[in-house]
Amino acid sequence: MLIERKWKKWIFFYLPMAAFIVFTLFPFYWMAVTAMRPDEELYRTWRQASATPFWTLAPTLEHFRNLLQTTAFPHWLWNTMLIALVSTAISLVCGMFAGYALARLKFRGSEFLGTAIFVTYLVPQTLLFIPLADIIRDMHLGNTPWALMLTYPTFLIPFCTWLLMGYFKTIPKELEECARIDGATRFGAMIRIIFPVAIPGILSAGIFAFTLSWNEFIYALIFMSSAELKTVPVGVVSELIRGDIFFWGQLMAGALLGSIPVAIVYSFFVEYYVTGLTGSVKG
Amino acid sequence: MAAPAERGRVSRLTRLLESENLLAATLLTPGVVILVLFIAYPFVMALWFSLTSIRVGDPGEFVGLANFTKAWNDTIFQTAFKNTVFYTFWATIFKLALGMWLALLLNRSFRFKRIIRASMLLPFIIPTVLSAFAWRWMFDPTFSVMNWVLFHSGLITDRLPFLSDGDWAMWCAVLVNTWRGMPFFAITLLAGLQTISPDLHEAAALDGANAWHRFWHVTWPLLIPVTLVVVVFSVIQTFSDFQLIYVLTGGGPANSTHLIATYAYQIGVASGLLGEGAALSLFMFPVLFAVVWVQLRFMKRMEGA
Repeated sequence: MLIERKWKKWIFFYLPMAAFIVFTLFPFYWMAVTAMRPDEELYRTWRQASATPFWTLAPTLEHFRNLLQTTAFPHWLWNTMLIALVSTAISLVCGMFAGYALARLKFRGSEFLGTAIFVTYLVPQTLLFIPLADIIRDMHLGNTPWALMLTYPTFLIPFCTWLLMGYFKTIPKELEECARIDGATRFGAMIRIIFPVAIPGILSAGIFAFTLSWNEFIYALIFMSSAELKTVPVGVVSELIRGDIFFWGQLMAGALLGSIPVAIVYSFFVEYYVTGLTGSVKG
Repeated sequence: MAAPAERGRVSRLTRLLESENLLAATLLTPGVVILVLFIAYPFVMALWFSLTSIRVGDPGEFVGLANFTKAWNDTIFQTAFKNTVFYTFWATIFKLALGMWLALLLNRSFRFKRIIRASMLLPFIIPTVLSAFAWRWMFDPTFSVMNWVLFHSGLITDRLPFLSDGDWAMWCAVLVNTWRGMPFFAITLLAGLQTISPDLHEAAALDGANAWHRFWHVTWPLLIPVTLVVVVFSVIQTFSDFQLIYVLTGGGPANSTHLIATYAYQIGVASGLLGEGAALSLFMFPVLFAVVWVQLRFMKRMEGA
């Protein structure tokens, strides 16, 4: 009986789990190995025998050095960081205000506005990018960081509003009423009582929004044209490939370095991120 | 002298903000302005663009539905539309099946659970274009690690045409999309699983239900609401996807792997035909609208229940 159960656990748990882990993580491993492989080892065709296909005996940091010294990669990292932080901040402020209004205030059209904001949440960027590029150009925002800092909130505000609205609804009304009896204004009670209590929710929304802005691609691809103003995803795609030639070592070094900041933020706030992620679809 | 006036103004402002209507309007304005300016307005513009022959540097003129009929008869667009449906359908099926399986595995208790769960989400966190590049490198015609493994284990004698054949490339895109989206399904379904009381399973087990029956008759019915929401989100994301194909194949070989969004980009941005590009994008709208409508209906029903 016991033996059979152990055998069962291997088949139904350990093996599938191991397969999932390999499937999920192998591309990252391959990214890291490629980034540290010298070129002469990298370009060896698939038929050739290789003593060390899955690791390298001569690890090198040359690709990283090239990337940081000969390309605008440091600029891209800085741009991405700045744009992600500013657009997250804008979205959080808008989302906190709007979420509070929808969760707590009675006014005409609140239901309609809630639905409308939810619908904008579901509008994909690829539906609107062509006219939006025109609007950005008309506003003279093209090729400036503001083009992205103002358009990223379009997919972050609905999400932040939705998540925070749900969070505010879980905070007991009595908390606010006590403050109001003590003479606080509605606005003051919101700022001093509700927002501090909602910090975990705000953090969840913020972390999730930050990773979404770090990931964004199509707006950054279309709105930014100068090499040194690009974000990491766009810079890696458009500037590290010269003509038809792929410098895979450098590309993978860029992919790795471009992923690390967001992975670090994520690793510090996994629980908040997961709350944001699951909350983002709960509604 | 200034102080009383100042106080008067402040108190008038605070008194105004005591009105729920005015406070709500004030709080909602910043967000609504951004959404109107960068979603509602471009949407109206997209409708207008699609009815004109506008191109970069030329406002064009009203052409009625010509852009739509042109797209409808364009064989590349027909392929792109079919690809989009194929891609969305299969990727969603795989994400749901594998995500559910992974969620059930993660719902058990085992060693290193927290770190394993956290690392399972990595494909979803890391910028898609960057990880798609890693996949493109693994699919590389000359240096593919997968060809290497299959060749040296004797499973193939010639390389597989991962991205150099249209049909193969679409399946590769489905694979990469599944890889990226599966964690989202798994973690959201896991959150749903954790709300199910273990008592239900015990009761079912006492009644003699085996693991499959317990899943099918106890777990699954309780997970349907969260599953529906996750599927809606995923369908929208997948149907409107751009970055993955842009990096993996760029629509090639010979335009055989375009999605609606990548083809709209090629026409609208790369070729500068804004009107035609906007019309191509709008072909996504009916499908997205239907999905959102189903979602809203469902939410209403949940509220009513």
